[in-house]
Amino acid sequence: MGLITVSPSPHDHSSESVPKLMYGVLIALLPAFLVSVYIFGIGTLIVTATAVISCVLFEFLIQKYLLREKSTVKDGSAVITGVLIAFCLPSNLPIWLVILGSLVAIGIGKMSFGGLGNNPFNPALVGRVFLFVSFPVQLTNWPEPLTNRMVYLDATTGATPLALMKEGMKNGESITSILSDIPAYIDLFLGKMGGSAGEIAAIALLLGLAYMLVRKIITWHIPASILLTVAVFTGILWMVNPDKNPDPVFHLLSGGLMLGAIFMATDYVTSPMNVKGMWIYGIMIGIITVIIRVFGSYPEGVQFAILIMNAFVPLINKYIKPRRFGERLEDG
Amino acid sequence: MRTFRLGGIHPPENKITAGSAIRELPVPEQVSIPIYQHIGAPPKIIVERGQEVLVGQPLANSEGFISSNIHSSVSGKILKIDNITDISGYKRTAVVIRVDGDNWVETIDRSDKLVKKIESESQEIVQTVLQMGIVGLGGATFPTHVKLSIPRGKEADYLIVNGAECEPYLTSDHILMLEKTDEILTGIIIMMKALKVEKTVIGIENNKTDAISRLKEHARNFEGIEVQGLKVKYPQGGEKQLIKAVINREVPSGGLPIDVGAVVFNVGTMFAVYEAVQKNKPLIDRIVTITGKELADPGNYRVRLGTPISTLIEAAGGLPENTGKVINGGPMMGKALNSLDVPVIKGTSGVTLLPREEASRKEIQNCIRCTKCITVCPMGLEPYLLMSMGEKEMFERMELEKTMDCIECGSCSYICPSNRPLLDYIRLGKVEVNKIRRARKN
Amino acid sequence: MNPTIAYTIISLSATGIAAAIILYIIAQRFRVFEDPRIDEVEDALPSANCGGCGYAGCRNFAEACVKADSLSGLFCPPGGNETMGEVASILGMEATEQDPQVAVVRCSGSYACRPRTNNYDGAASCAVASSLYAGDTGCQFGCLSHGDCVRVCDFDAIHMNPETGLPEVTDENCTACNACVVACPKDIIELRKRNKRDRKIFVSCINEDKGGIAKKSCSVACIGCGKCEKVCPHDAITIENFLAYIDPVKCKLCRKCAPECPTDAILEIGFPPRKPKPEEVVKVEAGEKPGMESGTEKPVEKPAEKTETAESKADKDKPKNQEESN
Repeated sequence: MGLITVSPSPHDHSSESVPKLMYGVLIALLPAFLVSVYIFGIGTLIVTATAVISCVLFEFLIQKYLLREKSTVKDGSAVITGVLIAFCLPSNLPIWLVILGSLVAIGIGKMSFGGLGNNPFNPALVGRVFLFVSFPVQLTNWPEPLTNRMVYLDATTGATPLALMKEGMKNGESITSILSDIPAYIDLFLGKMGGSAGEIAAIALLLGLAYMLVRKIITWHIPASILLTVAVFTGILWMVNPDKNPDPVFHLLSGGLMLGAIFMATDYVTSPMNVKGMWIYGIMIGIITVIIRVFGSYPEGVQFAILIMNAFVPLINKYIKPRRFGERLEDG
Repeated sequence: MRTFRLGGIHPPENKITAGSAIRELPVPEQVSIPIYQHIGAPPKIIVERGQEVLVGQPLANSEGFISSNIHSSVSGKILKIDNITDISGYKRTAVVIRVDGDNWVETIDRSDKLVKKIESESQEIVQTVLQMGIVGLGGATFPTHVKLSIPRGKEADYLIVNGAECEPYLTSDHILMLEKTDEILTGIIIMMKALKVEKTVIGIENNKTDAISRLKEHARNFEGIEVQGLKVKYPQGGEKQLIKAVINREVPSGGLPIDVGAVVFNVGTMFAVYEAVQKNKPLIDRIVTITGKELADPGNYRVRLGTPISTLIEAAGGLPENTGKVINGGPMMGKALNSLDVPVIKGTSGVTLLPREEASRKEIQNCIRCTKCITVCPMGLEPYLLMSMGEKEMFERMELEKTMDCIECGSCSYICPSNRPLLDYIRLGKVEVNKIRRARKN
Repeated sequence: MNPTIAYTIISLSATGIAAAIILYIIAQRFRVFEDPRIDEVEDALPSANCGGCGYAGCRNFAEACVKADSLSGLFCPPGGNETMGEVASILGMEATEQDPQVAVVRCSGSYACRPRTNNYDGAASCAVASSLYAGDTGCQFGCLSHGDCVRVCDFDAIHMNPETGLPEVTDENCTACNACVVACPKDIIELRKRNKRDRKIFVSCINEDKGGIAKKSCSVACIGCGKCEKVCPHDAITIENFLAYIDPVKCKLCRKCAPECPTDAILEIGFPPRKPKPEEVVKVEAGEKPGMESGTEKPVEKPAEKTETAESKADKDKPKNQEESN
């Protein structure tokens, strides 16, 4: 017998590990990916593969040659970043833009802060917003759903429901006439609409959420608080003036709200550490999203809302503490 | 089914020795009885080298209020009073006795006959408990007579008996509840008399249904004792968690169970109290679970205090070749030993052997802020934050973040997907905060 | 001029003046008088904020100096007497001279000398390990090799030697700020008087076990035999709890003790090589064991001294070999 080992307790460890959690998220992303491939065809495949490969490669190269530290690409977080970037880009985006976005996401969004666990902002959103602000034309050219699926850089493009809505409102059209240009709600739910690669099918994203909840990868608080807030806020607007504001269902099903609420806002590193904080974070994301969507000049606001609230997370963590055992009695 | 609300985990139970009958471990050839066997001041040694002692004869007398007596667990000659490696991992004072025969102090009643009638009065019971060196046998080894002396202005209305045994692997309390049911119940009645409380609840986790039904059945013959099954969740055996689970009261932060009118004892302590008060027997042996996946003959043994753990392992079939870690206690809260010659003491509820592949920790990674440590913390603390403060030696901040509330259950380190040694640094923080507090008082 | 521009200029200027007045009033009202000498003193200090003086930082120390009636008890270890002289001249007080000191690691139990008895697998921190148990060797006093001292050093003056598992002090960087002494949970590091040319003689062991037990756990442990005490002409050596201690103030660096030590627990560093007697040189070479090498090797500070130390080590092997042959 060799030497016995001595360490402080506990001497048992659960089977939880970072790769396990990360690959769980990837599995949860799978339904949305499949729907996207069905709707947009080969474009989704190319954009996603490019984003994933370049994210992993950039992380590997930065860790190996710049930081000279142990590589962590195997933990799967770079893969997730890649998939999420691809999911919020149009599936007909030129490859070089995808690579540039991945470089910004991994290089600036993640590694410059010290890698996984230290980044204040969701890396995928950093990449996406960088592209969105720098290349607005390419980023707002969405392919038509279910057309020319075997062509990558599809020339026939259409707008997203949210863009149509914004445009229509600007031209002073009534809600009903705008809605007639927009696919039916059931199509929005199933993903038959123009939009970024992964954000279209609410049902697939909800399936992913259910999987993550069952596996206890995330808790329900952040998605629920965001979706609820958006529903309530837009519901109030709708009830006040149904001619000027679309109903809450439209807001919930269109744009990147589902993707953002389920996969982006719940990113471990950049979300609050306890339930109370999660509620504040989620509600604020919901409010900012609706403000940007309804009153802002951009049709979509989820990414900005999440990034803005990411910046507040350290503050939330500092001042919002979990309920301590025995706390209430101490006060009384 | 009742349980505590905040946090908690479900580690694999691995109760290999559940239901295995209590066996008597033969008296070893030599014992080393440490004087540090309880929380509080070490007692003063009253014997000398070369002296002959009997089983049950006092070796050391308590010094101060929070302290306890130590008795000889064997008869024989005192070889030396020397520093030996004990459970603390350091060399500390112990009385080493070479065993010669098995001669007991005459006043001890060694028969197995159940004595139900309680002769002693309340104050006498407290005195006997002090004399007989009874301490909490759940593992914390807090002197029992201290808990019996309720501070002025406080009042207890519930006695809670801890039969949760939430620690994986260990089964000593379980088997004791099955085999010594009436003795435990009598012990409880004694304690109720000493504390002057009317109501007792025995909290038992629901993975011991046989113990629950047996105790329920026997408790009918005793007045005021209720048995409560609890949903299996670690760390239910924690004092504060148990009170929350059983009577739904929350001990305030920094407070004691008595602040919510409860006193908590372990079932093992109840048996020791019974033997002390009814049989006049000091605390010289206890039930120890010796267990491990690769051990040939794991079981529950009645072991004389001071017996080297190596002797216990021999009795259970010898040390498996693949042993990587030897733990005094269970895998969650037990203490890894650096020597197999460490003696069994009052707090040794079990000895767990872990195979080599389970002995080492996994590689530490960055915190990914997954909030799992906060979710599982039964005290509502933020382990990730406390650890980083501990690493940076921000001990004043740690105090403000309620570090002292930590019960060291290890749920955070257990769950952490990044394998971070959260509890290591929190424990360090507790030590340092204690130093700061003491310095502030002076 | 366009009236809009005129209005803009006027209103902006007015706002600016109003703000300036408000700021001035507030600044006057809440002005905290601070002794200008505090700044001067702070400038004289090394600005290392190491805490070696006992205050949280250089600024706090400067305040303390200015407030104090005399400078006794106030000393900046990194700055030394020179800095304190400057401070004294600023404040017009007498500086108390203090002998320069240097940190010394009093454990020679390298991996080779001190066999492991178990594997430690907890957090890599001496504080955590020592609150858990005695350590991964048989010696419960010795170095735990997790480098808490290295982490607290602000001056890059102490480093872990991966071969021996012991920290080594770089004398020219050490400011005797006391941080490593405080950090070491085993109290192994001591501040000792800094001698000329960084020469040192000290007992590199703090094991208080009885000789036999100490020797069993570590081949270079002090066994408290008392040979050094007897030979010391200056009464500098005392033995307590089976452990010898050389008083750095009384010690005159005569080097009589080191050859006497049967376990090589007394180290002498920075001295020229002893003049070996011819026949002993032969013995040394014949009796030198490779195993002893790493055991006796101790903080080798400057590359220039390396040869000296190595030679003095060879000298120290002499008595041992003599004993062995006896």
